[in-house]
Amino acid sequence: MNGIVSYGAYVPTHKIETGEIASVWGADGSAWAKNLNVYSKSVPGPDEDVITIAVEATRQAMKRAKLNGDHIGAIYTGSESHPYAVKPTSTIVAEAIGATPNLTAADFEFACKAGTAAIQTCLGMVGDNQIENGIAIGVDTSQGAPGDALEYSASAGGGALVIGNKNIIATINHTTSYTTDTPDFWRREGQKYPRHGGRFTGKPAFFKHVVSCGMMMMQKAGTEAKDYDYVVTHQPNGKFPIRAAKTLGFTNEQFETGLLTPRIGNTYSGAVFLGLSAILDIAKPGDRILAVAYGSGAGSDAFDITVTDEIDKMDRSETVENMVSRMKIINYATYAKYRGKLNMGATK
Amino acid sequence: MREVSIIGVGITKFGELWDKSLRQLGLETGLAAIKDAGITSKDIDALYIGNMAAGSTLQQEHVSALMADYCGLAAQNVPATRVEAASASGGLAIRQAYMAIAGGFIDIAVVGGAEKMTDVSDSESSYTVSMGSDEQWESKAGATFASLHAMIAQSHMQEYGTTREQMSAVSEKNHYHASMNPMAQFPFAISAEAVSNSGMVSSPLRMLDCAPNSDGAAAVVLCATERAKKYKKKAVKIIGSGQASDTLSLHHRKHLNQMPAIKIAAKRAFKSCGKKATDLDLIEIHDNFTISEIIALEEIGIFKRGKAASNILKGETKLGGKIPTNTSGGLKARGHAPGATGIAQIIELVQQLRGEAGERQVKGAKIGMAENHGGTAATAVVHILEGE
Amino acid sequence: MSVPRFWRELDTRYNLIGSYCKITKTYHYPRRSFNPEAGRESIGSMEDYQFKGTGEVVSSTVVHQAQTGYEMFGPYCIAIIELDEGPKITTQIVDCEPEIVKPGMKVKSVFRKLGEDSESGILHYGTKFILDESLETTNDEDGNITDIEV
Repeated sequence: MNGIVSYGAYVPTHKIETGEIASVWGADGSAWAKNLNVYSKSVPGPDEDVITIAVEATRQAMKRAKLNGDHIGAIYTGSESHPYAVKPTSTIVAEAIGATPNLTAADFEFACKAGTAAIQTCLGMVGDNQIENGIAIGVDTSQGAPGDALEYSASAGGGALVIGNKNIIATINHTTSYTTDTPDFWRREGQKYPRHGGRFTGKPAFFKHVVSCGMMMMQKAGTEAKDYDYVVTHQPNGKFPIRAAKTLGFTNEQFETGLLTPRIGNTYSGAVFLGLSAILDIAKPGDRILAVAYGSGAGSDAFDITVTDEIDKMDRSETVENMVSRMKIINYATYAKYRGKLNMGATK
Repeated sequence: MREVSIIGVGITKFGELWDKSLRQLGLETGLAAIKDAGITSKDIDALYIGNMAAGSTLQQEHVSALMADYCGLAAQNVPATRVEAASASGGLAIRQAYMAIAGGFIDIAVVGGAEKMTDVSDSESSYTVSMGSDEQWESKAGATFASLHAMIAQSHMQEYGTTREQMSAVSEKNHYHASMNPMAQFPFAISAEAVSNSGMVSSPLRMLDCAPNSDGAAAVVLCATERAKKYKKKAVKIIGSGQASDTLSLHHRKHLNQMPAIKIAAKRAFKSCGKKATDLDLIEIHDNFTISEIIALEEIGIFKRGKAASNILKGETKLGGKIPTNTSGGLKARGHAPGATGIAQIIELVQQLRGEAGERQVKGAKIGMAENHGGTAATAVVHILEGE
Repeated sequence: MSVPRFWRELDTRYNLIGSYCKITKTYHYPRRSFNPEAGRESIGSMEDYQFKGTGEVVSSTVVHQAQTGYEMFGPYCIAIIELDEGPKITTQIVDCEPEIVKPGMKVKSVFRKLGEDSESGILHYGTKFILDESLETTNDEDGNITDIEV
């Protein structure tokens, strides 16, 4: 079977609280926090970006499974905030884990589901025996325009999955996708901040795709919600994923482990990777997981996963929970400085 | 080997010399030194120029030819050589001329040092100074030149209990000396409290622990001693010269709170003239930061390791004390124009040993030392001078 | 910095590749083809070595007047650390309040952005260090999701 050989995650240490952002705009912080179910979000430091997060998450995955670069035949990084418009993130990751030059690499973009598209690509290549292992990375350091609702949630983080067919800690039993042309959220070339369709991002976009894809997945797998120990979906805020999970028939116990947005915000392409990593941190052999990603524009990828006995052999002491709870709280002024929201003028 | 004497000196005031170019500064001091020596341009066999940073601050290399040209020596085709070793460029230029004369290749050399640090922004001049350390593995890693000395200070404080008060005493003393030096950039006294309360640059170093980045120039005329009397009554002899190198990066040193290149250079200088630390009447030290003066005095052997700071606080290095140090005001208060600094130190010694230092005269001064170093003392050059 | 000047040292920067001298059995960083302590004999006896990336602080300072390119961090911690294998390096210690860093503290490497040529220029990545296990934790009350009405 093909599946997950290893996993890694990274969440920046700097965090900002929802109330601090709200206070700058004269908004009611506790109302925003409750409304979005987002109480704090991660912020990349001045020296952190999609590339550094991708490298840290991938290195954790490599170290855990005692893999070296020679084992890796492909690296695909999904993100909507690649530091370069032209020049791949994935080649830098490849160099940083010593996987060059015998591999293929490329960057993916599909809003928040670019990373899961990378998982599917790796599954295809592993399944076709083109490569021994491939790495799929989902990572973002997303920005919301100052004062925009997105500013309360857009955060930073990511994860990496090593996909292969030997020594797998979890099999990926099935995957399926649901894709349409739905312009709920976009960023034009050269624009710093994305635009979105407000409430249009909800029902016709997120919910339609996540719920449809989740149902299709369970049909294909011949399963029902109660057959799963855990579910994780994309989580643009703390409320949408709960509503989607409940619509699909899941309970608190099944979705709470993978729901990180209330504490770290929306990590976009990183969200499903981080939620899945948090689940794998505590999962036991035999546990079954449903993962459903969502990317605006729009599409969902779903995965039906079963944890194997191999997971007990893995060092899982460095957890997502550690990264989430490791907090250096910053104020809005520092946040604005770190995120390039200050007009520095032309001093040079 | 022949003996070498200094027969003429010339120096500008150090500071923000907005209306003067590098070539203008060089010319002024060169002419002053020649006049003081009583020679004419026809007597000059060679020109040595100490300059650290014209390439990065002025986009001008080939400063040796530039200076020869603007000092009117190009027509005579006088050989001109630029010497660069960061802030030790000036001291090293003197050593090159000294060796050429002592070795019998030439008889008379003019050694000039000049630097323009204010033709670029503060951040550019600071970065230029940090090029004296390892640009790739120190500066680019985020270390400023001050931060490297801050770690040296931190290590010295940890190992020897050196205090804030003691470091402030270095600056207070150097400013006190500068208050008697009309050519100093900051010719006024400041209190130790002012030093201790000045803004933090890189902990524990504060603004008034740090020497400025100045414009300035200085020149001396060196002459084979056997011919010196012909030009100058009060010639001052260079009796000792020593130079040493160390790792470029501070982090490659065994002890962060020591500067072994200074120790070795001083040892070589002492050996070359058979003198010892107790023979010295005064010293000019490369106090780019207060901690550097403390460590240099320990390396030279004036005080035992870990004992310099308390002796400075006691006043032992003040004018009238056991061993007056930096009577010019040092880099801190006379000013620090990298290529010129090592030569300015020598000029202070010459003036003292001639008995022409006015208010700040060290009574009966006979033997003086100048210690000049580059980077975090990756290059150190030490000269010992004797008056008549 | 020019593109090739940074590029030729990518593995040294990204993966802490230095050298091991087979003659003196000592480690060196950055990479050297010649060990000054062993002299000419060491030529050909220096092997690439990847450092583990753990060590301890020897000396540190809080920089208030930032180095060019580090203005966004101010104030920040610069330290000389000694790697477990022996060599010392100068590095920024990130992700903590800079004044808490003290000699003797354990550190570990992280992959970070070192800088950029300009807003349109090439990005530089490499290694910095964080305190190992002594990160400040100021956890606020967790959003207890089971209380949320949906």
